[in-house]
Amino acid sequence: MSAAMPALNSVLGRWWWTVDRWVLAALIVLLAIGALLTMSAGPASAGRMRIDVFHFVQAQLTYLPLALAILLSVSLLTPVTVRRLAVVAFGLFIGLTALTLIFGPEIKGAQRWLVVFGQSLQPSEFVKPAFAVTAAWMFAEQRHEGGVPGNLIATLLAALVICLLVAQPDIGNALLVASVWFVQFFLAGLPTVWILALALLGLVGMISAYLLVDHVATRVNAFLDPSSADNYQIDTAIDAFINGGWFGRGPGEGTVKASLPDAHSDFILAVAGEELGILACIVIVALFAFIVLRGFLRVVQESDLFVMLSVAGLLTAFGVQALINMGSTLRMVPTKGITLPFISYGGSSLLALAFGMGMVLALTRVSAHRRVWP
Amino acid sequence: MTGPDRTKSRPGGAIRCIRETDLRGAGRDRFAGPAKRAIETGRNRAAIAAAVFALGFLAVAGRLVDVAVSRAGGEPRQLAASKEAAAPISARGNIVDRNGVVLATNLKAAALVADPRRVINAESAAARLASLLPEFDQEEAARRLASDRHFVWLRRGLTPRQQMLVNRLGIPGLYFQQDERRVYPHGRIASHVLGHTGFDNQGLGGVESFFDRRLSGVGGVGRDVTLSLDIRVQHILHEELMTAVAEQQAIGGSALVMDVRNGEILAMVSLPDFDPNQGAGSSEAARFNRNSLGVYEMGSTFKIFTTAMALEYGAAKLDDLYDVARPIRVARHTINDLHGSGRPLTVSDIFVKSSNIGAVHLAMAVGTAGQRSFLGRLGLFDKPAIELSEIGAPLQPAKWREINTMTVAFGHGVAVSPVQHASAIAAVANGGILYPPTLVKRAGNGQALGRRVISPVTSAKMRELMRRVVVKGTGRRAAVEEFEIGGKTGTAEKPSKRGYQRRKLLSSFVGLFPIYDPRYLVFVLIDEPKGVDGNSRRATGGWVAAPVVGAVVRRSGLLLGVLPTVPVEETVDETERPIIKVNAGGIALAAR
Repeated sequence: MSAAMPALNSVLGRWWWTVDRWVLAALIVLLAIGALLTMSAGPASAGRMRIDVFHFVQAQLTYLPLALAILLSVSLLTPVTVRRLAVVAFGLFIGLTALTLIFGPEIKGAQRWLVVFGQSLQPSEFVKPAFAVTAAWMFAEQRHEGGVPGNLIATLLAALVICLLVAQPDIGNALLVASVWFVQFFLAGLPTVWILALALLGLVGMISAYLLVDHVATRVNAFLDPSSADNYQIDTAIDAFINGGWFGRGPGEGTVKASLPDAHSDFILAVAGEELGILACIVIVALFAFIVLRGFLRVVQESDLFVMLSVAGLLTAFGVQALINMGSTLRMVPTKGITLPFISYGGSSLLALAFGMGMVLALTRVSAHRRVWP
Repeated sequence: MTGPDRTKSRPGGAIRCIRETDLRGAGRDRFAGPAKRAIETGRNRAAIAAAVFALGFLAVAGRLVDVAVSRAGGEPRQLAASKEAAAPISARGNIVDRNGVVLATNLKAAALVADPRRVINAESAAARLASLLPEFDQEEAARRLASDRHFVWLRRGLTPRQQMLVNRLGIPGLYFQQDERRVYPHGRIASHVLGHTGFDNQGLGGVESFFDRRLSGVGGVGRDVTLSLDIRVQHILHEELMTAVAEQQAIGGSALVMDVRNGEILAMVSLPDFDPNQGAGSSEAARFNRNSLGVYEMGSTFKIFTTAMALEYGAAKLDDLYDVARPIRVARHTINDLHGSGRPLTVSDIFVKSSNIGAVHLAMAVGTAGQRSFLGRLGLFDKPAIELSEIGAPLQPAKWREINTMTVAFGHGVAVSPVQHASAIAAVANGGILYPPTLVKRAGNGQALGRRVISPVTSAKMRELMRRVVVKGTGRRAAVEEFEIGGKTGTAEKPSKRGYQRRKLLSSFVGLFPIYDPRYLVFVLIDEPKGVDGNSRRATGGWVAAPVVGAVVRRSGLLLGVLPTVPVEETVDETERPIIKVNAGGIALAAR
């Protein structure tokens, strides 16, 4: 291994010795599992939708190298470049998200997509990591003596993003952004009283979403009383895990994907459960846990507030998304309609996640900040 | 390995970095005071957040183990459900003929059911099913599939092939349940005897209905029913009657073969008939059993009773002469003979030539009271206790006047079903014992069930008379070489609102063979025959029904174990064994 290492002086060499290679490896394993499962579930879903059978596979395999490229190149950046990039991206994609409400075609009852050059793009996916870094910057600025009302700005930005997402409606991602904002504010020293108040607000927010947004109400009802509504996807997903057992039926051998409409996206863990087995699912959970917890370990040792908050925010978005997706597939929480990071099909999601985790890798590089603030 | 070592060393490195940062930061405004405290708070709280995440991932992993453990070894929900359905819904008993030939049985079939809430597109699902299943009500199915119920029926009795095709459609929400489908391997041959079954295999009509409880049984396992029917004879009777009805362009017909020694019915056909395999789809007219539900004024076959009655009561002797030259005028009616006779006839000739006038004289000699009690004794005024759900009640005049006695003497004014008619005639011919008709194979010989109605002497005389009908009377066309048949023709004008119709006849013949020791009775009735060669004068029982009886006897006699009186002509397939004529000494020999 040592012989193949690049020279320490070069950019890549410095990157190689400073980047968290274990997290990088875990991310690549996740991407590989995602590719494998897309090859399995994609044709079944595509066949059901009467489009080209390999549409999803081809699309995903096209996005995969792109995602890897984004992941690696962003991980090369310095914290300051990361911050600047995130702020620009935030501005760009928040604008595009606003445009979806005007121009976006309605798909499955929501306007989340923009069609750009024949490719559909879900800008809100990119807003999440960009927001995490932008908000972290603002929260960090509050602590410096520059007189910037960072907390207020971060909160207003969060409110703006959440409003746009709720308008689409995309409650799952709104929840993610809210949790990013909350965790960052929490880490940035939110007084205990406010924590309780916000917890209360969150509760009120969720209840009002239940009362005001129809499909949220439907899904929550379905969760609380499984017999009351159509739990077809969830029931089928649970069947998939049971069919698979501990060791699975083998890649490609699953049957549930044929009858599960969102097998390639929201319910891909069920396909994993049936084909690869519950042990493999536990490995997937462990990979997510490893990435998130190892990142937080870095956060705990971090001395730069911006880096600390950025990484915490990005990991929160990543970890909460994974938890909600797996939890809803396993009937632990109501379904949200969000994807399993790096594993589910979805170009925008994949690229945005690569962008986000690339920033995490960039910010967690050992001693990286030495170069920024010498 | 370099990697892990580096990783392990990193926390130390990180701490070192932080220390350096702190040292440097101390000299900078940015990292003074509040910022440092903020870092401390952030670190502590990050640890809390990390712990929350750890718990979350542990919960997901635990749930995965929970799913694996709680259901491991058990079966998935859907498979378990289909196993439940695998238990047989019912095992309806078979119906077999007297020789054990299966007449009705069950085949495993699939019932197509659906959980509409799981059907994604009801319209398209219904359309795709309609393209596969014949006579599938697409609109109704679409309506059912769009309902919000958990379970709807779509189609019962799918064949394995249909099941395979439907399964291959891969429509989610559709399921199969194991089902039983009643099948009648002989088709329409015994349709009215067997009846048919409904959607839930419940008996509708025929013995299916009469023995429904026995066939369906308790706990879903039914018992078999063995009929008195002989499907071979049934087939012959069905074929012959079909041919006759078709030739005569008749509107229908009925026929039966009965064992005169115990009342067992060996064959029973009613036309038009239906295919019990598609029972529900057949018309009401086709399902009407003329043998048991239909009651008819039988006409001259009733003279069997009139003559037997006169002989039994001693009101007349075979050689007594009656003047039949002059028509009898009663009230507004005139009773005349079809084949008039210018001279007085003996009782024997009255029967053989089927003289209405003579029959009236015989009935009048007995009187109304005697006639009523005699016919009653023969069971002609009661519903026959046969094992069918369709039984017609006989009709008799509300008030018997003299005219009624006169008309009943030659079979008008009393309507009976062919089944009860046949048992009464069997009693007259078999030595005088009346057996209730039955479709079930008797356990013993059934003799104990019999009831004497006339004396053996009268019965013997009647057999002789009936033989003469076939030898030289109206029933000559029933005669066959192989068996001695005796019988009686019957030609009744069908009643309408405005009296009897000369052109609409019920032409029948009842035959018994071998007549001197009768074993079997064959009854054939043809409804509105057009007449032989379209000649309406040749539409009488002797012309259209007697030949059918003869043909049935000829074909079924050997099957029924009756010894022929002359050697039965060998039927040889001449294509296989050509006859070679050999001329040997002037004597033509046929060498085979």
